[in-house]
Formats: sequence, structure tokens, C-alpha cells
Amino acid sequence: MAEVMRPEKLEISNDVTSSLASQELLHVLAVDDSIVDRKFIERLLRVSSCKVTLVDSATRALQYLGLDGENSTVGFEDLKINLIMTDYSMPGMTGYELLKKIKESSAFREIPVVIMSSENILPRIDRCLEEGAEDFLLKPVKLADVKRLRDSLMKAEEKAFNNIMLHKRELEANDIYSQLKRAKI
Amino acid sequence: MQRQVALIKQSLFDQGYLDEQFMELEELQDDVNPNFVEEVSALYFKDSARLINNIDQALERGSFDFNRLDSYMHQFKGSSTSIGASKVKTECTMFREYCRAGNAEGCLRTFQQLKKEHATLRKKLEHYFQLARQAGPKETARRPK
Repeated sequence: MAEVMRPEKLEISNDVTSSLASQELLHVLAVDDSIVDRKFIERLLRVSSCKVTLVDSATRALQYLGLDGENSTVGFEDLKINLIMTDYSMPGMTGYELLKKIKESSAFREIPVVIMSSENILPRIDRCLEEGAEDFLLKPVKLADVKRLRDSLMKAEEKAFNNIMLHKRELEANDIYSQLKRAKI
Repeated sequence: MQRQVALIKQSLFDQGYLDEQFMELEELQDDVNPNFVEEVSALYFKDSARLINNIDQALERGSFDFNRLDSYMHQFKGSSTSIGASKVKTECTMFREYCRAGNAEGCLRTFQQLKKEHATLRKKLEHYFQLARQAGPKETARRPK
């Protein structure tokens, strides 16, 4: 009976191990049409110990995520993005429209999306938050903002990890219990 | 030499060419990336030269597409803000005001001023970075606390 339980336990610990490894570095997808701002946000994120992927448009962001309708789902399961940071005002698709597309997607709607903008327009901020944006940052973005985001994401990941560990311990405890019962101890 | 570099930097702030944001950029430098600010600066001047060219061409055509001009200037203002180019940023703001007012004359005048400020800043920063490199990367990479 113990052998039957073992594969499941291994699966759980593998998941935990790999998600722990990926938790070492948060992976952020940053979207901005300005080359200067891309360089800047990249540095802010690197200094905050994040892995960064930069794209210069919302369209390219959707391509990267495999949400553009094209067949780019190779490696889809391996794509682990912890946070998306996007500029609001971009030619073509805006950051707001990108936010909506992400929230409409079953695969990516859980990923927090942060909007960045140089303009402090309250209706704009409200609209973004209503659409499910995690946060709205005024440009130029501060290192403190990025660190705050990272810390709250790490906490959320840690919480999720602890929940998995708790579940694992429960399963193990049940397993021991049922083994003891069978041995009639 | 390092003192000279520090003095030059201080005067750039005192004269309003640079603002707080430039200091924020310097805070992001470390021993592994000691030239980050210079790299961003180079990117900025390359990118803004392109924008200046676009605006020049748009103005030369004579047709004042204020929406288009405002859009270029929005980009220009954005990157100027990110690098801490204070005077350039101010000119960008003024230009956009004139765009919104549909004031072609104001746009032209402001744009001349903007190009001047931009060129001045470029020269001053090039000089500053050159001296900073000579002075030794370790000392000047971070601003003194």
C-alpha cells in the first residue's frame, strides 16, 4: 500500500522543489515602447533580484505569452511569469487593453499586472484598478515601488508554498495513520 | 580629480540641468554595472535625436498636425523625465501646451529653445562622463551619502 502512495508523494515534492527553485527569482515581463524606460525598468528589476523579459509593445507581449492567436504554445507550460509591468500609453494597443486581454485569459488572469504611466489621471487609474490591475505606478518608477511589489509577491508565493507543504504533511500524516491502522498498532 | 567631477555634477544640479531622477539612476550603479547612467544617457540622446528629427521634418512640412506633434513630444518628455533632464522636460511641457492651444508660432519658438537645451545638456553630460571615467569608476559610481 505504501508503494501506491509513493508516486503521488514524489509528484508533490517535485512540484514543490521546482516551484521553490523558480521562486528564487521572480520573472517579470516588462512592456514599454520607450527604449530609455525599458533600460531603466530592467535595471530596477535586476537590482531587485528579478529575472526580466523586455518587450516593446503590447502585441509582442501577447505573442510572448502565446495569447495572440498564433501557434506559439511551444514551451507554454514552461512559461512562468510572476508579474507583468506595462506602460499605459503605447502606440497600437495600450497597456489598459493589454491588461484586459490578460484578465480575459484563463491561463494568465491570475498574474498580477502593474500599469505604469507618466500621467496622474485619476479616472485612468480607477479604470485600470477596476479592470484588475494590481497597482498603478507613476513614472518615473522608484526602486522602492519595485521592491515593494517584489516583497508582496514573494509573500504571496511563500503563502502558496506553505499551503502546499501543509497539504503534503496532511497526506503524509493520513498515510502513516492508515499504515498504522493496517498494522493494527 | 574626483573633487572636480563632484563639483561639475553639483553645478549641473544647481543650474537646473538635472534633477532628482539623475541621482536615482546613480543609485542603481554598482561595481558590476558602474556605467549604467552613461549607458542610459547614450540611449537617451540617440533616441531623442530621432524624435528631434521627426519633429523637425513635421514642422518643415508646414502642416501643423498638433496631435502628431503632441504625440512625439509626449515620448520626448517621457524619456527626458526618466533621465532627469530637467530643462529639456520643461521645454517639452511648454511645447505641448502650445500644441493644445493650436499655437504654431509658440511651437516653433519653443522647439528652437528645446533643441538648444538638449544640445547643451548633451555637451555637459559628455564632459561629465569623460571626467568621471578618468577620475576612476569606483569612487564616482555611487553618489556620496
